[in-house]
Amino acid sequence: MQLWLIPTFPLAGFLINGIFGRRFSKSLVNTVAIGSVLLSFLWVLKTVLALGDLNTAHLEHYFTWIQSGVPGGNHYINIGCDFAIDRLTVVMLFVVTGIGSLIHIYSIGYMAHEHGPNFGGYYRFFAYLNLFMFFMLVLVLGASYLLLFVGWEGVGLCSYLLIGFYFDKKFATTAGNKAFIVNRIGDFGFSLAMFYIFINFGSLDFDKVFHQAASAPEWVLTTIGLLLMVGACGKSAQIPLYIWLPDAMAGPTPVSALIHAATMVTAGVYMTARSWVIYTHAPGAMDVIAIVGIATAFMAATIGLAQTDIKKVFAYSTVSQLGYMFVGVGSGAFSAGVYHLMTHAFFKALLFLGAGSVIHALSGEQDMRNMGGLRKKIPITFWTMCCAWVAISGIPPFSGFFSKDAILLAAYQHSPAIYWIGVLTAGLTAFYVSRAMFMTFFGAYRGKAHPHESPAVMWVPLAILAALSLFGGMLFKIPEFLKASFPAEAEVENPMLMYISVAAGLSGIAIAYIMYLAKTGMADSLARTFSAPYRLIYNKYFVDEIYDATVVNPILGGSRIVLWKGIDSGVIDGLANGIASRCRDVGGILRLLQSGSIRSYASWILFGGVVLIVAMGLFGGLPR
Amino acid sequence: MMTAVPISWFLTLSAILFALGVAGFLFRRNIITVFMSIELMLNAVNLSFVTFSYQHKEVAGHLFTFFVMVVAAAEAAVGLAIILTVFKNRSTLNIDDVNSMKN
Repeated sequence: MQLWLIPTFPLAGFLINGIFGRRFSKSLVNTVAIGSVLLSFLWVLKTVLALGDLNTAHLEHYFTWIQSGVPGGNHYINIGCDFAIDRLTVVMLFVVTGIGSLIHIYSIGYMAHEHGPNFGGYYRFFAYLNLFMFFMLVLVLGASYLLLFVGWEGVGLCSYLLIGFYFDKKFATTAGNKAFIVNRIGDFGFSLAMFYIFINFGSLDFDKVFHQAASAPEWVLTTIGLLLMVGACGKSAQIPLYIWLPDAMAGPTPVSALIHAATMVTAGVYMTARSWVIYTHAPGAMDVIAIVGIATAFMAATIGLAQTDIKKVFAYSTVSQLGYMFVGVGSGAFSAGVYHLMTHAFFKALLFLGAGSVIHALSGEQDMRNMGGLRKKIPITFWTMCCAWVAISGIPPFSGFFSKDAILLAAYQHSPAIYWIGVLTAGLTAFYVSRAMFMTFFGAYRGKAHPHESPAVMWVPLAILAALSLFGGMLFKIPEFLKASFPAEAEVENPMLMYISVAAGLSGIAIAYIMYLAKTGMADSLARTFSAPYRLIYNKYFVDEIYDATVVNPILGGSRIVLWKGIDSGVIDGLANGIASRCRDVGGILRLLQSGSIRSYASWILFGGVVLIVAMGLFGGLPR
Repeated sequence: MMTAVPISWFLTLSAILFALGVAGFLFRRNIITVFMSIELMLNAVNLSFVTFSYQHKEVAGHLFTFFVMVVAAAEAAVGLAIILTVFKNRSTLNIDDVNSMKN
C-alpha cells in the first residue's frame, strides 16, 4: 500500500526547501512545504479508504535494518524497517497530517513578515516543520519500539530546532536547550525500557512483544511499563519533567500549536496506548500513570490560573490536558485517552493559533494585561476562539465534552478520588480559559498597538479547526472506532457524573465572568487577600527554582569545580604540562654540554674513553 | 726470532704516541697541527693493531691497518681541502676562531 510514501513526502519537502530554499521565493517555499504535507494527507486518505475496516494491522516490511547474532541464538537481533497501520495509527495519522496541513497553511500568514536578524528564516522554518512531519509520521507508523524511538528522537530534535528558531534571542536558545536536556532524561527511561523488552522478549517488534507479553511475569511488565512511562513523562510533559513545555513557547506560535499542543507532546500518550498489552498486565504501572496524570493535570491547571502571558496560559493548559490523557490511559480507558488526544489537538491547536492571531494582530504583544476589548477589532479570531473555549470547558455537545467525560467516567470506575480531582481540574480549566478570553477580548482595550484582523490564509485554518472543535467529538466517535483495538472497557452510563463535570465547567466560566467582567476589581483584591497562595502559583510553585537548587546548580557547580578545575585543569593538563616541563629541565642540563667548542667535545670523548678503560680494568675486561 | 724487542715495548710506544696525539689535539690551536695530531693517533692505533696481529698470529690486525691507512689518506685529502677553504674564508688557522656552530 506504499505506506512509506506518507512520511516521504514531507521528507522530500524538507530536503528541497532545506537545500535550495535560500534561492526560492516565498511562494515557492510555500508550495513545496504545504504541497508535501497535503500530499501526505491525501495519501493517508487513499490508504485508509483502500485498506477498508483495518480490524487487524496491515504491516509492510521494507528492509532489514539491524541484524546481529545467529538466528535462534541467545542475542539474535533482527530489526526491520517495518511500517504498520491499524486503527490507532489511522487516528494519529489523520490528526498529524490533517492538523499539520492546517498549521502549515496558517504559518504562511504568521511567518509572512519573517526577515531581519534571521536571514533565511522563512525557508528554514518550513524546512523544519516538514522535517518534524516526517519524524512524527515515522513515529506513528513504525512497527517496532526502535522505529518509534527514531521518530521520537527526531521530533525531539525538530522541537529543539523550532523552539530555538529565534536563535539570536538568549531566552529562545535556553528554552531549546532546556527542552532537549529534559527530554534526554525521559529518553533514558525509554532506552532502558527497550533494553529490558529486548532482554525479556528477544524482539522489539510490536506484534512479537505483545504476543509474548501476556505470558510474562507481572513484575517484568511493571518494570517495562514504568520505564516506558518515564519516557512518556518527558515527551508528554508530565510531573516531574513537564518544566520544558511552558518554556518551549519561545518558539513561533504555529510551532507551539503543532508540536507543543497537537502532535509531538501526545506521542507519550500514543506510545502508552500502543503498549496497552503491557499495561493491562501491569496494573501497578497503570496506577502510577493515572496518579502522575491527575497530579499533573491539577497542578498545571492551578499554575494556569495566574499566568499573564497568553501563550503561557495555554502552555500550562496543554500540560494539564495531557495529564487528563494520562488519567485516561492510566485508568485503562485507552480509547478515551486517544479520544481526548484528538479533540485536544483540535481545540488546543485552535487556541494557540488564535493566540497567534491575537499576537500577530497586536504586533507581538503577548501580555494579556495589555489586551482587552479585541472582540470588535478581530471578530473572526474571537469567534473561532470561542469555539475552542466551549470545547475545552467541556460544554455539551462540543468535542471536549465527550472526551473529557469518557476519561472522567473511566477514572470514576478506577478510583473516585481521581474523578473528583478531575472534576475540580475541569472547573479550573474552564476558569483559566475563560479568564484568558475575558482579559483578551472583553472590557476596554489596554494596549498601544493597532489591532488588525489576520489575513484569510490565517483565519481559514482557524475556521476549519473551529468546526472540528465544535463537532469533532460528535463526528469522530473514537471509542467506538477503536473498540476492536483495545480490551473491552466496561460500558457504564452514569448521567450523574456527567452532570457534575458539566456543572464544574459552567461554574468555572461563571466565576471567571464574575471576577473578570462583572466585578473587575475582584480578581486583584482576591489576589491580595490570598497573597501567599497567589504568589505560589504565580511563580509556578517555584519548581524551576527548586530544580535549579537541587539538580541544575549542583551539577553545574560540580562540573565546574571538580571536573573542570579539578580533573581537567589539575590532573589532565597537569600531566601533559608536567611531562613537558620535566623534559625541558633535563634538556636544560644537557644543553650545557653543547658548547660549540671542538676542544671541549674532544675532552668529553677522552673522558668517556678513560672511564670505559678504567671500568674495564676494574671489572675484568669485556664479557666473554 | 726476528727480534728480541719485547711486545710490551711496541705497545708502550703506541700508547705514548697516542697520548701525544691526544695532547696535541686538545692543546694546540693551529688547525694543521691538530690535523697532524689526529694522524698521529691513527698511526699509534695502527702500531697496536700490527703488534697484536703479530702476537696472536692473526691477519685481521693487518687488514685493519690497511683500512685505517686508506681512510687516513682520504681524510687527509678532504681535511686539507677543508682547511684551505677555512683559511681562504677566514684568514685564520686558529681553531678557537672557527666556532660559528656555537650559538
